[in-house]
Amino acid sequence: MIHAIAFYLFATLVIASAALVILARNPVHSVLWLILAFFNAAGLMVLVGAEFIAMLLVIVYVGAVAVLFLFVVMMLDIDFAELRAGFVRNFPLGLLIALVLLAELVLGIGAYKAGAIALGTADGAAAPLIGHSNIESIGALLYSRYLFLFESAGIILLVAMVGAIVLTHRERRDTRTQNVAKQVSRRPDEATVNVKPEIGKGVQL
Amino acid sequence: MTAFFQSIGMSYEWAWFVATICGILLIALPLMLGVAMIIYADRKIWAAMALRRGPNVVGPWGLLQSFADGLKVFLQETIIPSASNKGLFIIAPIVTFTVALLAWAVIPFNSGAILADINVGLLYVLAVSSLGVYGVVIAGWASNSKYPFFSAMRASAQMISYEVSIGFILICVVLWAGTFNLDDIVQNQRGHVFGLLNGYVFNPLLFPMWVLFLISGMAETARAPFDLTEAESELVAGYQTEYSSMAFALYWLGEYANVLLMCALNAVLFWGGYLPPIDWAPLYYIPGIVWLLAKILFFFFVFSWVKATVPRFRYDQLMRLGWKIFLPMSLLFVVLVSGYLMLTRYAV
Repeated sequence: MIHAIAFYLFATLVIASAALVILARNPVHSVLWLILAFFNAAGLMVLVGAEFIAMLLVIVYVGAVAVLFLFVVMMLDIDFAELRAGFVRNFPLGLLIALVLLAELVLGIGAYKAGAIALGTADGAAAPLIGHSNIESIGALLYSRYLFLFESAGIILLVAMVGAIVLTHRERRDTRTQNVAKQVSRRPDEATVNVKPEIGKGVQL
Repeated sequence: MTAFFQSIGMSYEWAWFVATICGILLIALPLMLGVAMIIYADRKIWAAMALRRGPNVVGPWGLLQSFADGLKVFLQETIIPSASNKGLFIIAPIVTFTVALLAWAVIPFNSGAILADINVGLLYVLAVSSLGVYGVVIAGWASNSKYPFFSAMRASAQMISYEVSIGFILICVVLWAGTFNLDDIVQNQRGHVFGLLNGYVFNPLLFPMWVLFLISGMAETARAPFDLTEAESELVAGYQTEYSSMAFALYWLGEYANVLLMCALNAVLFWGGYLPPIDWAPLYYIPGIVWLLAKILFFFFVFSWVKATVPRFRYDQLMRLGWKIFLPMSLLFVVLVSGYLMLTRYAV
């Protein structure tokens, strides 16, 4: 019973907040509704027993990606009227994308209904582990059967990261940056002098 | 506890429900009381180090000072700035406070005394602590005021930066323990060094990680010397400048609950949680929760001590420390720890 209540609660909230993402007038509100949608999707994943994926969804999407979204949206000075101006012009494109997504959804459900998806090899060598925790079974598959895919995904992300840094990095020569090692290695006797000037005479440095 | 409620004739679902509610109250209410007392302790320690008396008027030795403050704040008028985004302005402190309580669900108070004994406990802690940034960012934006906004920007950059190295530090612990469950992590620390000492901190490969974790914890909870978010000489009072009354109190309580959580994580992950420091039978007669509380209070004293003695960091120094020192060091130790375990535990 509790399971069913939780499912309908999470599902309703996902759909409602997803609808509010596109209906909210203020883009900051949209991002916050999106975060609520992510959060409830994580709740749904806990319900189907994928607690590892649920936690990763919260850590990665809610904790990192959405914060950056929120940053950008808060910093930008967005003209709401201008944002909505292209609605009619972009409507056919939006409709097309929506149709593609719908077709994918129908296809996916159809494939799922057709039978269990074989994750293991034909001889069952790398079949998902039964009776182990989420993390162990994902790890066992990821580091055996899907090792090359996993590592190439890692390399693609690394290249993307290096690319982003190279594109946005600019060296500013006019700033005076702190050199901690130099400061720490400074000693009093090389930085100060002790002089006893005669009265009426200044100090020559 | 579920079994007890079942024994007095409830169905399993109701028994579970009532037991969970009782568990939540059993954690949250003492925690709130603890937060009130810890605020008093913080002020007393700070005062002692500054050769002042600290709160000493309300109740014996000023013990009731926090409750008097709470009552005062409760009776104040809630002011919502007219230019603010009202809904979000009210939600923000609630988010901060709730998130500060959420993570306590997976902290083991004694062997098996844990509200949610889930096998992704540590990931849950990470997920919840990554939510903490929203209370601050939303407050800064919804206040529609310059200083809170600057503060929110600082706070979120700070939290995200230090979360990265905290993640790597936790990975080291998880690699050594071989589990994400906090209770199992504590049990794995029993007799960790030559069967004598309980705690990963006595391990030479994990000791540097503990030092990093302690400092990152201070940065993550925006405690001094990393309290740039409320640097009063620059930002008035930071993201909570526009808040008054109970909303302000919620930030206050949430902040200290987060500090206590960081102390508890220090104790659980590196100092053997509810285990006594030495694996010696007579010490186990003292209940585990006493050990855990003693450790939490000790770390809180360290936090106060640092707050009273260390000057505030500059913002660029904070970022340098996080990204250029802590991140490479924790990454290096992930490699070292996993390499060591690969050689010893899972012979290549």
